[in-house]
Amino acid sequence: MTMPHSHGAPPTAAPRASTPAWRLVTTLAVAGAMSGLMVSSVYQWTLPAIEQHAAEREKAAVYEVLGAPARWDTLYLVNDALTRTAPATKGVARAPRAFVGFDADGKELGVAITGTEPGFQDNVTIMIGFRPSTGELIGFRVLEQKETPGLGDKIESDTTFTTQFAGRMPPLRGVKGATSGGKDEVQTITGATISSRAVVRIINNAIARWSPLLAAWEEGGAQ
Amino acid sequence: MTAGASATPASPPEFVPGAPPPAAFSADVWRGIGRENPVLIQMLGLCPSMAVTNTLANGLAMGAATLLVLVGSEVFVSLFRKVIPGEVRITSYVLIIATFVTVVDLALAATFPDISKALGPFMPLIVVNCIVLGRAEAFAAKVRPVRALADGIGMGLGFTLTLVVISGIRELLGRGSLLNVNVFGPHFEPWVFMVMPPGGFLTLGILMLGLAWFAEARRRRAKAVA
Repeated sequence: MTMPHSHGAPPTAAPRASTPAWRLVTTLAVAGAMSGLMVSSVYQWTLPAIEQHAAEREKAAVYEVLGAPARWDTLYLVNDALTRTAPATKGVARAPRAFVGFDADGKELGVAITGTEPGFQDNVTIMIGFRPSTGELIGFRVLEQKETPGLGDKIESDTTFTTQFAGRMPPLRGVKGATSGGKDEVQTITGATISSRAVVRIINNAIARWSPLLAAWEEGGAQ
Repeated sequence: MTAGASATPASPPEFVPGAPPPAAFSADVWRGIGRENPVLIQMLGLCPSMAVTNTLANGLAMGAATLLVLVGSEVFVSLFRKVIPGEVRITSYVLIIATFVTVVDLALAATFPDISKALGPFMPLIVVNCIVLGRAEAFAAKVRPVRALADGIGMGLGFTLTLVVISGIRELLGRGSLLNVNVFGPHFEPWVFMVMPPGGFLTLGILMLGLAWFAEARRRRAKAVA
């Protein structure tokens, strides 16, 4: 059983004594151990940088959707209530969080939350900034999407689409063509209606989910 | 998986059945770029050639990542070629390749997070790219590490070059831009079809057609002279 190849003379299949089983097992065991050692050491070595990049991406998104806050607090959703203390469980980065932003004078600018729902091809994750007091949107930013290149990915790159959300009042409606100027209307992208509507749906559902939680948090004295 | 198949010669080093004829370092490199181009001639790695060539940046990153994996795996396969018994060689090669893919994936995520994000699920799939396993089995396992290095560089560059050509054409026509820089101005209506999957098939098909036509014309000319 020789492999076909493009060079040289035809292989001479000289019969050979087969390798003893223990050698095969040892070879694979040693190779596996070496491979494991290499992967785990590279993982340890790159982990800080990878986590830092993820944190930076999140930081940039919070900064953008809250309209350049001077500082922000992080609230964690634990047992259906918001708390300022991070849950001690592993994977803190994955726990649902809200970011409350303040300007330089300590005035609350708004809250940033994330939402994930299916788009056209895969889950779309966006960060949304809004003012819980009025329900008004500040903006949004796509964190992750795998929409069709050139069409659906315009939800991230088309600035006429992304900038129109500022000042809108959810629940929103996606409108094809010209809007009538209503506070709840956003214009969908031509050729990317499904992706545009996914953004609208994610915003509506995320705000519907987080609004009562944030209200309860404010009522409880924001502790 | 015990010692059943005995046909694979666990070869003596100096006379390896099926070993490539001796060649200079540069010849080993050039072969992968031109005459034995992995995509256009060997027809290997066609899946990434379609899937990640919608923009030039993606094609370039995929090519570079595959290049690193190819060089690393080929050199390691060659280094351990006398230790690995023939019966478990494919298993060992896959293990070596998977290790390098994971290492390159992590390194990319740590250094170029944006490119790593764009390549997404395609990065781990380099493990099953036939170019890498194919070169390990057909070449690296039969030669000294230096030649394996040359072959890895050549095949990697050949793959990268092909991906750059395909993705360049697709981004230019499908978005009117190159590396996200607008080329044709605001009045160009992008041919979105080209950045969608069918555009990849079309581009690769036309490239291969052109190459075959060119090779045929050259053959005819050579015949006419002789």
